[in-house]
Amino acid sequence: MKRFVPPLIVAGFLAASPAAAQNGVPQIAFDSVANPLTLPDDIYLGEVGGVAANSKGDIFVYTRTGHPTASLGTARPFAHGGSRLFQFDRNGKFIREIGQGSYGFMFAQQVRIDPQDNIWIVDQMTGYVMKLDPGGRVQMLLGRKPEAIPVPAPAAGATAPAGRGLPGAGAQSDVFNRPTDVAWDAAGNIFVADGIGNARVAKFSSKGVFIKSWGSRGTEPGLFGTARAIAVDAQGNVYVADAGNKRIQVFDNNGTFKTQYTNVGTPTALCITPGPNQFLYSSNSNPPDDIDVAGEIYKMKLDGTIVGRFGRAGKLPKEFGTVNAIDCRSENNLLVGEIGNMRVQKLALH
Amino acid sequence: MKRCLASVSAMVLALCAAPAFAQLKATAQNVPEIRYTSVPNFLKLPAGEYLGESVAVATNSKGHIFVYHRSANTRLFEFDQNGNFVKEIGKGYYGFEFAHSVRVDAQDNIWTVDEGTNTVTKFSPEGKFLMVLGRRPPAVDGAVATPTGPNRPAQKYIFCRPTDVGFDPQGNIFVSDGYCNNRVVKFDKNGRFLAQAGSENPGKEPGQFNLPHGLQVDGQGNVWVADRTNFRYQVLDNDLKPKKIYDNLGVGWTVCVSPGPHQYVFASNSNPNGNAPGSWEITGEIYKMELDGTIIGRFGHASKEFGGFQVVHMMDCRNPNEIIVGEIESWRVQKLILQPMPAKTASAR
Repeated sequence: MKRFVPPLIVAGFLAASPAAAQNGVPQIAFDSVANPLTLPDDIYLGEVGGVAANSKGDIFVYTRTGHPTASLGTARPFAHGGSRLFQFDRNGKFIREIGQGSYGFMFAQQVRIDPQDNIWIVDQMTGYVMKLDPGGRVQMLLGRKPEAIPVPAPAAGATAPAGRGLPGAGAQSDVFNRPTDVAWDAAGNIFVADGIGNARVAKFSSKGVFIKSWGSRGTEPGLFGTARAIAVDAQGNVYVADAGNKRIQVFDNNGTFKTQYTNVGTPTALCITPGPNQFLYSSNSNPPDDIDVAGEIYKMKLDGTIVGRFGRAGKLPKEFGTVNAIDCRSENNLLVGEIGNMRVQKLALH
Repeated sequence: MKRCLASVSAMVLALCAAPAFAQLKATAQNVPEIRYTSVPNFLKLPAGEYLGESVAVATNSKGHIFVYHRSANTRLFEFDQNGNFVKEIGKGYYGFEFAHSVRVDAQDNIWTVDEGTNTVTKFSPEGKFLMVLGRRPPAVDGAVATPTGPNRPAQKYIFCRPTDVGFDPQGNIFVSDGYCNNRVVKFDKNGRFLAQAGSENPGKEPGQFNLPHGLQVDGQGNVWVADRTNFRYQVLDNDLKPKKIYDNLGVGWTVCVSPGPHQYVFASNSNPNGNAPGSWEITGEIYKMELDGTIIGRFGHASKEFGGFQVVHMMDCRNPNEIIVGEIESWRVQKLILQPMPAKTASAR
């Protein structure tokens, strides 16, 4: 396909990013692997909310596609559909669709695979965090979909009512308001970034029992502008992409603030590599309405030391259109999912 | 016209019709009539498939025909050169909601313009997704209220009900945008913003627009814009500076520029939506002209019958003697065979 041209000349790419040189951040050379996914003729990816690989290398893509619709001729307007979950093998060959017509799929936000290869779905609009087993069957649900959509639409700037929800920050329990991401510690505890409507992190036991939540809207350490992504390291520390405040906040396993990293732009997608020597990837994603700013991804040590950066905003291969997901199961072979370019890229870092 | 339809009285309707339609009537005089025939049963749809409002039609270099239409869902169909159904492209695609334009570029890539999702999408000749410009409003934001106030400021990479797309010989991309912006935007072939003419606000000056509704680029890189509510066509240079205005062709609904060394321009004075009394008498014809604006002839008329036009929304003119028209209000695509110009004029009716 034309969009996956042979590797660009890295030198030329470096020259195009003077900001990095000024910051003294090393550029990481990389390529975008051509044709990472082979789609059947009748399936099109929309905006890619999430992409993740399981232990076999199978690739899961949770994407905003199809037609989100609202029913007319009803007591209240009910919204349906609009997102789909696809599974591909490690070579990008399409395997199947999972959850077609699911009540929980409306506005794809994220997919993550846990160490047992369960598939976790985060949907920003239904507010569900869903655990599917490796076969795609629903195992556990956190949250609940608002029953109907509010009409007339709220005025610009107003907070949308969230069904039975508790709008605002710091809500206890699993009432989410535009949740964004999910992660687990070694014990299987579940951490949900919640998210855009709320501004908090919620912690649940592996069985889904609410333990606690922390944070609310604000700029102080421990508060969030928006919590756009979350990752947990092997020691159980929790990393939150506080995009609204342009920082990554690090908490211990119980939510006590430890430190923050403020030099990586607007963190929008996070991933921590497995294994004994862990790295943190963070995307300074460009806003969906502009490809002339930001867009690069940072590779960091867990202590915040920047190892390097790569990429920029744009529509070509090796450019990024609002990265919303990074899979880093393999440290130098990443999958990134893009909102703006409605695609998945497979990156080989050199 | 909507301002007339609001009236409930036929008397009032008739009274307001005359001044409103006056602008729709082309002022070009003594234009020769080009005879034509419409090919019967041109598109052959599979059983159970229907076209909706057939707002957009284009052909590729093999003569395959692409129809982007408003069915129950907006859909893109491909037919072969004989009108046999080949396949559907983009089934369920996120950027399809309310069709407005389809165009095929010099490499046979297929481009759709969707005014429901505010996106312009490039598909490969085989129908694989390649690139998208613009962004669909996120569903998570809820129902979008019908705008009542002034337009929001135009953004480089966000469209507001875009209408059409064209390409210059270098591959630069031009988008007419649209119903709630009033501008033409130029991007490079990789989708990076280069320039715009006009703004979110409608205007009457050269280089301003009031509903830029159709757009094509000629071989010199000049940009032809159907400036619909200004009742004119504007020609911009490749940097979007205004060059010429043609205001003698009626409403300025849609435009097509044929390829090849000798290019022709086709411009449609489409009859307005609705069936207001008198509107069909003065609208519905298509003009053929030279790139310098010299009118060669005209053909067609408003009618619901086969062979007539019912709001021509887009024309394909890859072969300037075989025009394919897509019509909104009769859900119809017609292939017109134009007859050679006789020494004397003759009516197509």
